[in-house]
Parts: sequence; structure tokens; C-alpha cells
Amino acid sequence: MPLTDSLRDDILASVPSLRAFAISLSGNGDRADDLVQETLLRALANIDSFQPGSNLPAWLFTILRNLFRSDYRKRRREVEDADGSYAKTLKTQPAQNSHLEFEEFRAALEKLPQDQREALILVGASGFSYEDAAAICGCAVGTIKSRVNRARSKLSALLYVDGAEDFGPDETVRAVIGGSGG
Amino acid sequence: MKDVKSQASKSAAPGKQGGLNAEIQSRIGHQLRAMYDDVVRQGVPDRFAELIRKLDVAKPDPQLEDTGDQTNKNDGRD
Repeated sequence: MPLTDSLRDDILASVPSLRAFAISLSGNGDRADDLVQETLLRALANIDSFQPGSNLPAWLFTILRNLFRSDYRKRRREVEDADGSYAKTLKTQPAQNSHLEFEEFRAALEKLPQDQREALILVGASGFSYEDAAAICGCAVGTIKSRVNRARSKLSALLYVDGAEDFGPDETVRAVIGGSGG
Repeated sequence: MKDVKSQASKSAAPGKQGGLNAEIQSRIGHQLRAMYDDVVRQGVPDRFAELIRKLDVAKPDPQLEDTGDQTNKNDGRD
């Protein structure tokens, strides 16, 4: 459909959540804003392919997600390097409790596999239904559900000791406990 | 060993259904939304408002030339 005033306003209204999604995916504010800018340019260039009445945020999120993934593949080395410097900035943060907890959460989120991280963010933070999230990621609804579950389980394990009970290391722990008993 | 495991989950999530600890899950959900909403609350940076305004102005008026669009058909693929 053509770019009407109301469609333009709707696109602008999606910018805050697109940024939040981009930052959650990339863990880097500058890169996230570049990603959002590219998403907007791509969306406006292809606005004719947007179906009126369909889910505009989901359409925009799909574009951003695909850009991020192609970008990620291209710049894998750079990303790894950026992660290193990001980890360093974390260590120089003041050790205020809530702030520390927040940064720990961020760091844990970064450790999730990309598939799981994006599924968790789309469902748990952006508020998309499992169906919309599946459409955005181009996979089955059941796949999204299992990715979200695995993401939650892994975050629990990373952040809270109690969450580790659903995890692989169980076997090792049992072996150690069993071994020390004899 | 089974006893140890069930005790741990009982003490961590009293009265909740099986699987992941409900209290931990609600904390994770809360932190995830807090992190996300923190960015959402920043609104639309000028950079993006300007970008869309500029593109809007740059768009040719379809009433003046009805073949203008055909020359620039690029879906953005490499």
C-alpha cells in the first residue's frame, strides 16, 4: 500500500519497540540504532509489499530480525570482539545492587543462543503471540515455544542456582556427589 | 538422589506446579521487560523522526507523473 500519513505515523510509533528489540538482540546501542535505521529505509522502500490491515509491528520486526541475522553472519568476528569490550565495560560499572543485577541479566541474555534469545524477547518482552513470533522468525509455533522454554531454563541456570536442576551438568554433579560418598 | 532433587524444587517453589521454578521465572520475566521498557520509554530519537520526514518529502507526487515509480524498482536485494 502507498505510504499514507497514518501508516507513516504507525511506523514512527513502532520505533521505540524496534530499538528495544535491536538492543536486546545486539547488546550494542550504536549498532542497534543503525539496524533500526536500515529497517526503516528497507520498510519504506518496500512499503508497497505491506498488506493493509496486517500486523505492521510484526512486519517491521521481521525486517529488522532478518537484517540482524545477515549482518551477524557477515560480521561474526567483529561481534565477538565487541562482546569482549562490552564485558570490560561491565566490570567498571559501580557495584550498586540493582544495577549489578541488571547488568548480570544482560550478560546472561547475551550468552543464550541467538534463536532462543530472539524467541524469548519477542514473546516475553515485545508481547507478541507465539504465532506472531513464529511468523517473524519463519518457523513453527512449536519451535518458538520450545526455544522460549529453553531460553528461560538456561537463564535460570545462569542467574540462579536453583534453576540448574533442569540442566545438563546434573549428571556431573551427581557423579561428584556419588563419588565422594564412597 | 531423586530425594535431593525434589526437596530442592519444593523449597524453592512451594505449592507451584512442576517444571521451572515459578518465582524465578517471574523474576526473569520482570527483568526482561524492565530492560526492554527502559529503551521503549526513550521514545523516538530525532534521528528517526527526521529520517522519515525527509523520505516523505523526497517522494515524488504520484499525481504529477504516473510512470515515475517504474524506473526505480529495487526490492533491496543484493
